[in-house]
Amino acid sequence: MNLRVKLILFLCSGMIFISQYVSFGIERFPPPDFEPGTYTMPQATKPPPRAHYWEYIDMALLLAALSLASYFVHKKRSRKHIFWLTLFSIFYFGFIRKGCVCPIGSIQNITLALFNNGYLVPFSVVFFFLLPLIFTLFFGRTFCAAVCPLGAVQDIVVWKPIKIKPWLENALRIIPFVYLGLAVLFAATGSAFVICEYDPFVSFYRLGGSVNMLALGGIFLVVGMFLGRPYCRFFCPYGAILSILSRFSKWYVYLTSEDCVRCQICDVACPYGAIASPTPTSQENNPIISKWSVFGVIGLTVLLTIGGAYFGGKLSVPLSKVNYVVSLAERIAGEESGKYKGQTDESKTFRERGGSIEQLYAEALKIRGNFATGGSIFGAFIGLIAGLKLIESRFTRQTNIYEPDRASCVACGRCYSYCPREIIRVRNLLKLRPIQKQE
Amino acid sequence: MADGQSNNKANRRQFIHSGLRGAVLFVFGAITTLLGLNSRKERTVWQIDPNKCIACSKCATNCVLTPSAVKCVNYFPMCGYCDLCTGYFEPNPVALDTGAENQICPTGAIIRKALEDPYYEYRIDEDVCIGCGKCVVGCVKFGNGSFFLQVRHDRCVNCNECSIAKVCPSDAFVRVPASSPYIFRAKENQS
Repeated sequence: MNLRVKLILFLCSGMIFISQYVSFGIERFPPPDFEPGTYTMPQATKPPPRAHYWEYIDMALLLAALSLASYFVHKKRSRKHIFWLTLFSIFYFGFIRKGCVCPIGSIQNITLALFNNGYLVPFSVVFFFLLPLIFTLFFGRTFCAAVCPLGAVQDIVVWKPIKIKPWLENALRIIPFVYLGLAVLFAATGSAFVICEYDPFVSFYRLGGSVNMLALGGIFLVVGMFLGRPYCRFFCPYGAILSILSRFSKWYVYLTSEDCVRCQICDVACPYGAIASPTPTSQENNPIISKWSVFGVIGLTVLLTIGGAYFGGKLSVPLSKVNYVVSLAERIAGEESGKYKGQTDESKTFRERGGSIEQLYAEALKIRGNFATGGSIFGAFIGLIAGLKLIESRFTRQTNIYEPDRASCVACGRCYSYCPREIIRVRNLLKLRPIQKQE
Repeated sequence: MADGQSNNKANRRQFIHSGLRGAVLFVFGAITTLLGLNSRKERTVWQIDPNKCIACSKCATNCVLTPSAVKCVNYFPMCGYCDLCTGYFEPNPVALDTGAENQICPTGAIIRKALEDPYYEYRIDEDVCIGCGKCVVGCVKFGNGSFFLQVRHDRCVNCNECSIAKVCPSDAFVRVPASSPYIFRAKENQS
């Protein structure tokens, strides 16, 4: 460092000193000079945050739990083992780790980091985001089965689950995509982390929190007794991503498909409506009608996407109010035009610090512009998903057996212990073992 | 014949699926590289920048914890040890003593102790403090500003999005590296 740079730095630090001195008027009353030895000045304590190595323990345990869950689901095929792992996840990822950052919330951190270069995301967050996705790509939704603390707590409260109609289930499963789209939109514009704000179970794991959030968690758990995993199925945005990836996972949950006796016990046993029934055989009799419905449904999808983009763009003004800068700019504009009387804490602080109103307006307009673009993309995405759902419901793959649906199966393993063929298979395996040993 | 067809179909599906898996893995790799170029190793924690804080009292009620993880800190090297401490006493105290009616603190979390005349020491009892910042306002307005609010990391659960930061009217909540998790007022930072 040469002399000139040093000099400039010195002057700058001096200026910082002066500005702070002026703005806070500190030392109106000079601190007393105590006689040496008569008084020891107490130190203001600085309790440290959770130690760094915990982060590595978290990551190692996540890897271990995911591996175990995949092993239990695919190799052991045992509900009992999965259940014990579920309890562990509630205990560790829930009560000990207390939630943050969870893979569900990390969607927002990753999005914000991708859109905003100034936001730095620690490696552990990237790890927590990607690892369950990679596992899902190969083993299906084993993360949902027994690792996710939000899923785990809902899984153990299932008591008398009711079945809901497939069309309703299909329609409701669009909500997670809407939630995902909104969360990404708000995170990308740096406005809010909505997933974390409305996480129903985190306050339960922290044994405290606002009354509203505790009540919301309570409602989800009570509903969850009669409707399996309501949050996972109809809200979870991470589950939305996983439901796409699990469609083409390398390994997936299957029952003994070659000799299914169509007893339907698995369908009754599954509390999450994830068993696909045999398709009625009379469906594709008329090739002309099915040809027209191909064009119809694809055309409808295109229309939904375009319409979604249009309405999504329209939503930008109300949606952008969530952003801090936009809401502050609106407040200031309202005060300037006399619409609002008095000042809020926000506008008062802004004025006291001497912020430039023009600059604020410009920034707010820029953010609103981002919302307009993002809103259109969001709308188009929702339209596309809705269209794809229609296509899917129209053209289900022909099967004549009961089998877990790869997208919605959370690999809880309940069907393993109910399928009569699976029970026979396991029993045969157990019988064969001693014979093999003798040889 | 029919068997061969369904076999073909199954093979095709498998091929498409593994292709999709590869594509998704590629996207993951791209995301990791993008973020890796721009990531930090150390994790961050929430803290209040006392130079921005206006002690609006929202910290007391908006934290996910009850009582709040935000507490008042007295930074003693800056403290004037005043007899009439404006962070301790109501604006018009009946008497300059430890009577509850004289104190500004709603929970009586400040412990006043007489030292050599005319100095008094003010300690914060953190177990009792709720982080409302009433004392901070008094101290900053009329005193040395040695009282200020800080997130106490023995309590903070480090939420992904701090629910206080969301409502903070002066944008005083910042992310700081976990290795230096406190921002004390000017004097210490200058030295």
